[in-house]
Amino acid sequence: MSWGFAWLALLVAAAGFWMGRARGVRFAEAGAHEIGSVHSRPHYHGLFVAILALLPAMALLLLWALLGDRLIAREVLASVPAGGIGATDLDREAFLSEVRGLVRGDYAAAFDPNAEAAAALWKQLAQRWGVVFGLGSVALAAMGALWGWSRLRPQFRARTRVERMTMLLLVVASLVAILTTFGIVASLVFESFRFFELVSPMEFLFGTNWSPQTAMRADQVGSSGAFGAVPLFWGTVFIGAIIAMIVAIPLGLMTAIFLTQYAAPGFRKVAKPVLEVLAGVPTVVYGFFAALTVAPAVRDFAISIGISDASSESALAAGLVMGVMIIPFVSSMADDALTAVPQSMRDGSLAMGATPSETIRKVLIPAALPGIVGGVLLAVSRAIGETMIVVMAAGLAANLTANPFHSVTTVTAQIVALLTGDQEFDSAKTLSAFALGLVLFLVTLALNVYALAVVKTYREAYD
Amino acid sequence: MNDQAFSSVAPAGGTGAEKPKMTARDVRVFYGAFEALKGVSIDISTENVTAFIGPSGCGKSTFLRCLNRMNDTVAGARVEGSIALDGRDIHDPAMDVVQLRARVGMVFQKPNPFPKSIYDNVAYGPRIHGLATKKPELDGIVEQSLRRAGLWDEVKDRLADSGTALSGGQQQRLCIARAIAVNPEVILMDEPASALDPIATARIEELIDELRGRYAIVIVTHNMQQAARVSQKVAFFHLGNMVEYGDTREIFTNPKQSRTKDYITGRYG
Amino acid sequence: MTEAVSNEAPTDWASEAMQARIRRRYAQERGFKALGLLALTLACGFLLLLMASVISSGWTAFVQTQVRVPVTFDAGELGVTAEQAKANPELLRRADFEGVMQQSVTRAFGNGAVLVSDGAWLQLREAAMADPSLIGTTKDMWLIATSNIDQLAKGRIDLQAAEGDRPVTDAEIAAWRKLGAAGDLRKAFNRTFLTGADSVDPELAGVWGALKGSFLTLIVTLLISFPVGVLAAIYLEEFAPKNRWTDVIEVSINNLAAVPSIIFGLLGLAVFLNFLNMPRSAPVVGGLTLALMTLPVIVIASRAAIKAVPPSIRDAALGIGASRVQVVFHHVLPLALPGMLTGTILGMARALGETAPLLMIGMRAFLTSVPQGLAQPATALPVQIFIWSDNVSRGFLEKTSGAIIVLMLFLLAINSLAIYLRNKFEVRW
Repeated sequence: MSWGFAWLALLVAAAGFWMGRARGVRFAEAGAHEIGSVHSRPHYHGLFVAILALLPAMALLLLWALLGDRLIAREVLASVPAGGIGATDLDREAFLSEVRGLVRGDYAAAFDPNAEAAAALWKQLAQRWGVVFGLGSVALAAMGALWGWSRLRPQFRARTRVERMTMLLLVVASLVAILTTFGIVASLVFESFRFFELVSPMEFLFGTNWSPQTAMRADQVGSSGAFGAVPLFWGTVFIGAIIAMIVAIPLGLMTAIFLTQYAAPGFRKVAKPVLEVLAGVPTVVYGFFAALTVAPAVRDFAISIGISDASSESALAAGLVMGVMIIPFVSSMADDALTAVPQSMRDGSLAMGATPSETIRKVLIPAALPGIVGGVLLAVSRAIGETMIVVMAAGLAANLTANPFHSVTTVTAQIVALLTGDQEFDSAKTLSAFALGLVLFLVTLALNVYALAVVKTYREAYD
Repeated sequence: MNDQAFSSVAPAGGTGAEKPKMTARDVRVFYGAFEALKGVSIDISTENVTAFIGPSGCGKSTFLRCLNRMNDTVAGARVEGSIALDGRDIHDPAMDVVQLRARVGMVFQKPNPFPKSIYDNVAYGPRIHGLATKKPELDGIVEQSLRRAGLWDEVKDRLADSGTALSGGQQQRLCIARAIAVNPEVILMDEPASALDPIATARIEELIDELRGRYAIVIVTHNMQQAARVSQKVAFFHLGNMVEYGDTREIFTNPKQSRTKDYITGRYG
Repeated sequence: MTEAVSNEAPTDWASEAMQARIRRRYAQERGFKALGLLALTLACGFLLLLMASVISSGWTAFVQTQVRVPVTFDAGELGVTAEQAKANPELLRRADFEGVMQQSVTRAFGNGAVLVSDGAWLQLREAAMADPSLIGTTKDMWLIATSNIDQLAKGRIDLQAAEGDRPVTDAEIAAWRKLGAAGDLRKAFNRTFLTGADSVDPELAGVWGALKGSFLTLIVTLLISFPVGVLAAIYLEEFAPKNRWTDVIEVSINNLAAVPSIIFGLLGLAVFLNFLNMPRSAPVVGGLTLALMTLPVIVIASRAAIKAVPPSIRDAALGIGASRVQVVFHHVLPLALPGMLTGTILGMARALGETAPLLMIGMRAFLTSVPQGLAQPATALPVQIFIWSDNVSRGFLEKTSGAIIVLMLFLLAINSLAIYLRNKFEVRW
């Protein structure tokens, strides 16, 4: 429905463009090829008219797309006879989602006796308002086009206007990034706030018992669960910042050293893409590999060395695979840091009779250390935010253990577990996922900002 | 406005009866707090080629870029004083910078053809300014511009080739053709031959001489022989000041200022 | 002290101690270099291991085991005669092919034998729809085997294990041996795997549904993130004044590029689903979410591409009177476009492999039909891999690896395209 009107508005704008352009052509012909007598080329006149037509029309349609649902929902709710639905927000949401389902045709019949009537009303309202907004937008387009067209003169600065509107578009596009950041912070903070109304932040941040129960009924005993997130934080650090880094730092660093200092250019040309492939493997594939191949191997190994209670979802398996995933990342950061060290420093050391390895260990690495450390911090930030490997290979048992053969869980694995499957959106269980998300966001943000600052100062030092 | 600067220059510049094409009065340029140009006043006429000479960093290129407001594109640059084209202030809000640059064209130090065909390089300006409505008309402008730049015979059979495939000297003449194509009144040349070999340089200098009279030409150069060869007027810049301005022969044979003399005779620079 | 020594006499390089020291240093050097090579070998070896493991367990997903069954298209059982079917194909479409299949299988292999997949009746319907004259005749058809027979035929079942420890019964093994001996078993290319959607039966499951979901999602992602990213990059690189606002934009973009992907999933859930009431599990929401995630990648790549355009081009255009907007859209953008496209394609490859954000917005639904529209419930290929990987059945293990092969092939193709573009259009100034 509204698409039809959008096309119509577009058509009006196209007509506006054509008319504006035609007028511009007449100006140009009268002005006889002399710079200054006509300010703008004909197509700028056309564009000016088209933009004036399109902008208000699209704004109105967008408004409708964003707010229409709410508008209708309010009216539909008001139409239901008093006492027809429960008083809580939750009841209303349930009722509305049933009505929406009926409107979309997902459900053949309704449970709620009022829903059928409400769905009919919904359809009727949607149609009526759709036509109102649609016609409104087409009218706006026509008005905009006419007004724009009436302003055209030979000396009218159509190009300047069009360019100003282009700039506006550019600014809006670059604001999307800010809006996204704002959206992330706002949604995480808002939902976390609701969570902390149910569970104290102290318990969340310092409690050691994590067992978010599913509330089958609202009045169920023990439905609140326990939300001490320390075991999750520990599991995240254990897998992402300890085990994975024990694998990734030496391997990534040595790989970078070998590639930048020893390998022949031809070899480097082959080896680097291989590392890039390693970096491009989707995490779900790593997760599958960790769960299917690495985890059983780790368990068998643990049992063979006499650890009988080894879990098949061990921290070690997830951490190992995550470490491998991070190798290309660490390697490319170390590569950048090493190549940024001035050649003269290397030459100075070699000229004294130091071997290449002595030069690397005593001169290059100390000189490149800030860059390498920054890269490692970024790698940690990436590892603790990684989801699929831990979801598939680390399990959901919230243990506070330092035994790598035991199962631990992480923040990201819990977020996935808490938010998948059917659940109501207001329970402490689902809200806790946002609190976890907030913690994850803040920690990775701090790591990223700090690491990027370190890397930047380092690069500037050698520039 | 600085009266002293005005009066000290006006007699030297305004010798002819003809009205000057461009006039600059007490132009100052600041990059942040640094004053790169300290009050320059000059008249530029169509009948002469005017050369700006002086050591590196003396402000001659900065001043040249003021004349078509290319300094607008430098972040933190601020221009004071007045510059007029045919008596109209180019900083006037009513003056469209785009039209200004169409009337005051520019050729840069290094040849910078667009990575497009030779034809499109020359046709770009006429297209955006709407100087030709039909294809034959545009073809005519392209041919005429290339002829005036002395490049037509060399490229007429390969107008579709990329402009970047030409030799350095040809590229620079292409850039001149590109500037001519929008039918400018003034052409600013910022060391147009400094990246070229001597033969190509000679070709450019000949071209400048041929274009004299049709366009007001201002050329910045490091090379004093070049200034002496191509220009009729010379302005000597030093440390952001315009030290001396006058007839080329006069300046090279009998400079009034000792700084000019020292520079010309190669004491520094 | 050392100074005094070095000043007195030149170093005796030939001395035993010095020579030993030099030998030791060279040994260290070789060891260090070997260590580097070892690290690289380990990293590459892991990639090989991963590939080998996936391919060895996944290639059979493209092979299907079929059982020969003499099928009798009994008009009475179908409830449609050949003439009726010709006149009205819709009647034939609704006919009881499941019953016909059951009867034919029972007739051929006796009662209670589960050899042919529950979904194989679709093959009968397809055959009968193509040629209604089959009705009333008997024809040998190769029908899809059950997953257990399939796995037996592919040798993926440990026959030595006790009956309780393996998924197939002794009766099935016996039946499989008998079929094999009689030549009633063959292997063919598994078309279902490439054309079907998800299913409860591994032998009927396919990746096309998930693949199409991925395509729909990526189309939305591309349509949003590419224009917005390029425009934002143009603004920041060409026009933005240096002030606190643009600094904030800059910092946001750099940070968004490093924010964990699951956070974007939370954003999508909170904003698109709960606040804007958009449909759950829909490609449009997945596409929007992934677009926000890919945006910073595209902005950063595009800015680098714009930076690489030499300023002399801008000067030249400005010098003949192009406005700054004209300079950008006539000259800078066309020259920077290959670089921007390369960055965008790499961003799309990343989005194609992304799983976690899509889980958050519910694109893990069990869907047995191929998604038809942007607002219809859908899943995506990586999510399908995740869902299947949870399934303990041996048949799904093979399908999971098969789906990974498909995903990796697509990623390979996309990345090759990016490399091709980069090499073809890369300009050195």
